[in-house]
Amino acid sequence: MKMSEKEKNRQLNKEALLTVGLYIIFFIWWYATGYGLSNGDPSTFTYIMGLPSWFFFSCVLGWILVSIAVIVLVKKFFVEIDFEDSDEK
Amino acid sequence: MGNIMILVPMIIYLALMLVIAFYTGRKSTSAKGGFIEEYFIGSRSMGGFVLAMTLIATYSSASSFVGGPGVAFTRGLGWVFLAMIQVPTAFLTLGVLGKKFAIISRKIKAVTVTDFLRARYKSDTVVILSSIAILAFFAATMVAQFIGGARLFQAVTGYSYIMGLVIFGIVVVIYTTVGGFRAVALTDAIQGVVMILATIFLLFAVIKAGGGAANAIDTISQVNPGAMEPTAGGTITKPYILSFWVLVGFGVLGLPQTTIRGMGFKDSKSMHNAMIIGTFVVGFLMLGMHLVGVFGQAVLTQGVESGDMVIPTLTVTVLHPILAGIFIAGPLAAIMSTVDSMLILASAAIIKDLYMHYSKSEMTEKKLTNLSFITTAILGIVVFVFAINPPSLIVWINLFAFGGLEAAFLCPTIFGLYWKRANATGAILSFIGGVGSFFYYTISGVKYIGMHQIVPTIAIAIVLFVIGSYIGKKPDKETLILFYGEE
Repeated sequence: MKMSEKEKNRQLNKEALLTVGLYIIFFIWWYATGYGLSNGDPSTFTYIMGLPSWFFFSCVLGWILVSIAVIVLVKKFFVEIDFEDSDEK
Repeated sequence: MGNIMILVPMIIYLALMLVIAFYTGRKSTSAKGGFIEEYFIGSRSMGGFVLAMTLIATYSSASSFVGGPGVAFTRGLGWVFLAMIQVPTAFLTLGVLGKKFAIISRKIKAVTVTDFLRARYKSDTVVILSSIAILAFFAATMVAQFIGGARLFQAVTGYSYIMGLVIFGIVVVIYTTVGGFRAVALTDAIQGVVMILATIFLLFAVIKAGGGAANAIDTISQVNPGAMEPTAGGTITKPYILSFWVLVGFGVLGLPQTTIRGMGFKDSKSMHNAMIIGTFVVGFLMLGMHLVGVFGQAVLTQGVESGDMVIPTLTVTVLHPILAGIFIAGPLAAIMSTVDSMLILASAAIIKDLYMHYSKSEMTEKKLTNLSFITTAILGIVVFVFAINPPSLIVWINLFAFGGLEAAFLCPTIFGLYWKRANATGAILSFIGGVGSFFYYTISGVKYIGMHQIVPTIAIAIVLFVIGSYIGKKPDKETLILFYGEE
């Protein structure tokens, strides 16, 4: 796709914002599952695949989900931009 | 007496690194974009896989493979929870900086972060400050990484500290000097793969030795119930752990050794793939290695003398010596891949950022080639000599290196790319104020509600940057067009 310098910059700003958005979503997931599922005494914790469920959700599942989310982010929202000068003048 | 079985696979591995360097080194003298672009940024030719791996390998250091898992051993899953904050490193760095750096660095022929800062802020003060920060903090980090590597070598093989240092230290210095950035990136890619394999081997062996994951977790929770909590029995407070979202979270957007990768890849597709591969692999390494530390608690029931000894002790306990030799290559790879990137950047700081701009003497391609080789080699040798008998000043500076680099470069880099008003006054104020306050907070031990020193440091750096930018002059039209495509 041929883009002017201005269009390129608009697109890059959008991509940067989406990246930061995903970053914030990962943070919320990490925080909500990590602390939300670990209330009370450790002896009352539930376990998934041998790991406490808060840990399974925040660290194991969180890692897998964010990896998938990056694939979606890149394939759906990122554009292949030509890095050389576009010579609009 | 040392264990020869562990030593042999390691030496074969190191020899491979040298072969790669000599192979790529021969290419570099005939590169079409000129020697400087080839030697310091590999002619911007990295594909997705190499980009992902070099980013990860440079970022993962001794602390990811030895220090962190050692803490996870005593603290439990809470420390793994903390380590997982680093999962977004690759996609955040590339998603925010990658394409901007790719486009701008091609326009201004930048091969260093300082080149970018020079073009954006047009200020010699910014250039000099940035070069000094890179040289001082990188030197200290490299020495510290060498020390970590040599101690690890000593612990696992039983041979002496000096011997370890000589073997892998010399290898890193040679392959970086000869092969430049291209060899750094390629060896990083291989080292990244070794790190993944090492993590798989060790995790598998430790879980087996602990009688399966569920069984090991059961054993650990009986000895130390706190190891099952995100707070590690109340020892990891929320303000503390949340600080790591700055220190190893968005703060990494300031680290020149990772951000420079944004100038070195080939096209958009490479970057997209690297974001995907990088995120998955960083998560795997962090989760895997820190879980090894946690599960180690169920295996090394008699305890260990210090946290840093956990991984070496586990390695020789649960792995066959030949596998141990391959494994030990993992952390050594993490160390070497951090040192090689810093070495080439430190050399670039001297040759490209300082010498080429401020020297009055005539420069031919041949002269630059020789000077670059010599500078890289000398820097490497100096670091090596320092690691034999570490001067206390270097050890001291290393305490400030990671956070100091973030304090120095985070605001000038991000604001410079995304805020039109950003100018040299803001950059200088933020740089001095940020680094200064990081030193102050670290030395004085002043902490707010248990947060890490990096949090107030970055806050101060941001505020100073904004204030400075409003005091100083607006950037000129030419700069705005160059960086934003519009006024």
